[in-house]
Amino acid sequence: MRPVFAIFSARFRGLLQYRAAALAGLATQFFWGLIRLMIFDAFYRSSTAPQPMDYAQVAVYIWLGQAFFALLPQWMDGEIQESLRSGTVAYEMLRPVGLYELWFARNLASRTAPVILRAVPLLAIAIPFLGLGLPASWTAAGAFCVAMVAAALLSAAIATLMTTTLLWTVSGEGIWQLLALTMWLFSGTLIPLPFFPEWLQPLVNALPFRGLMDVPFRIWSGHIPPSAVLPNLASVACWTAVIIGMGRLLIARGTRKLVVQGG
Amino acid sequence: MKIKGSLRLLLHYVAVSVRGQMQYKTSFAIGLVAQFLLMGVEWIAIWSLFARFGNLAGWTLPEVALLYGMANMAFAISETAARGFDIFGYRVVKQGDFDWLLLRPRSTALQVAGLEFRLRYLGRFAQGAVVLAWATAKLGIGWTLAKAGLAAAAILGGACMFSGLFVLQAVLSFWTTESLEILNTVTYGGVETAQYPLAIYRDWFRKFFTYVIPLACLNYFPALAILGRTDPSGVPAVIQWMSPVFGMLFLLVTLRIWDFGVRHYRSTGS
Repeated sequence: MRPVFAIFSARFRGLLQYRAAALAGLATQFFWGLIRLMIFDAFYRSSTAPQPMDYAQVAVYIWLGQAFFALLPQWMDGEIQESLRSGTVAYEMLRPVGLYELWFARNLASRTAPVILRAVPLLAIAIPFLGLGLPASWTAAGAFCVAMVAAALLSAAIATLMTTTLLWTVSGEGIWQLLALTMWLFSGTLIPLPFFPEWLQPLVNALPFRGLMDVPFRIWSGHIPPSAVLPNLASVACWTAVIIGMGRLLIARGTRKLVVQGG
Repeated sequence: MKIKGSLRLLLHYVAVSVRGQMQYKTSFAIGLVAQFLLMGVEWIAIWSLFARFGNLAGWTLPEVALLYGMANMAFAISETAARGFDIFGYRVVKQGDFDWLLLRPRSTALQVAGLEFRLRYLGRFAQGAVVLAWATAKLGIGWTLAKAGLAAAAILGGACMFSGLFVLQAVLSFWTTESLEILNTVTYGGVETAQYPLAIYRDWFRKFFTYVIPLACLNYFPALAILGRTDPSGVPAVIQWMSPVFGMLFLLVTLRIWDFGVRHYRSTGS
């Protein structure tokens, strides 16, 4: 745990140095949220057909999506990539922490730091002024916190698994782009997952990506009732364990034949 | 003579940039396909919403597809052609490299435009064209010469408008050195906004994207003319048919602002 906190605080302080950039990012997030909200508002006014979610639940989904957008593992950690390109990964392997643990810690910390910086002010403004409703109940609020921690761990697990592919292909950007696409579609970034056609729902529910956004957001709004929270979180936890296992396996294989670049 | 020379130089820039990208064919192909798929994924989301709601303020999916296709084709052109301005802040000003461009006997705007032509964005263009073709087939639009001309001019005008926004973003970097993410709201946010009929948005938002930034002229007004629809706010047909001009005017205005910015440039000296 110690390396996680060390990297987290370094990254957090680093981000605080660029306040103008942080403010600009925040403004962008607000703008996107507003556009999305207006589009859904217009859709709801156009039709009386029963929908899988009501408008208030969609508003929660949209604002939380903006607040926690940076949690998606959609880019590679620059330092890890650089360490593989320049060959300094050899020093990393000498550290008293395993390579998997080190990468996992780095991915976890470098993602949660920007998320907290963005989520706190966004929630503080969206709850009183922009129609983001409070959690459905105290139970929902508690379960949401647990689900967000699970989402952060899942995100780090996916990112670390993707990082291991670098042991084979130095750049690996193609795989990341394909992953990002799949993730946008199946995490709930583009639209809330319940809006996808019924025949697609079994696939949506089977994939791990909904644990990143869809599950915690629907717990907050009560769309996932407290009785259904446990099975949902269990499925996220299972996927996280599987992905961590795969990442460890790949690292063990990759480092055995790793040829360090450069001199 | 001067214009001819400038044009030849611009073509030369394009050729150099294209040849550079072709050195990494796999990477180029992956980027192109990824762009295409990315937009495809977004289209799935829009399609799903229409499957649930049926219509959007009286607009059907094929009608929105017309807006979507035009918006994305225009944006893809400007992303390719004006990328130099997009990367200008962090790649050129921050490094102090703008000093080089100032020394050369050509307009700075031309040189910045020539910095890079990113062909991978043609993936977005292709996807927009496919959606537009689908919309046309579905709607049974009778493409008269006038309507086809309006559509083509509107896409070009829209590309000019988005390019103007990229120019503005570059101008800001004369004062801030950093390229400001804030203008992403009107570039990427603009194309997102333009994918739906402008009438669905709040009043202040609609006015901003009509009078401050002429986004309405990119696809909403022309689409009204092509579809023969009336706008709730009652835009006269003349404006609908003239709308591509406003995008081009917008680019001309931003280029004047660019010249003003250049005169205030102070090198970072690094």
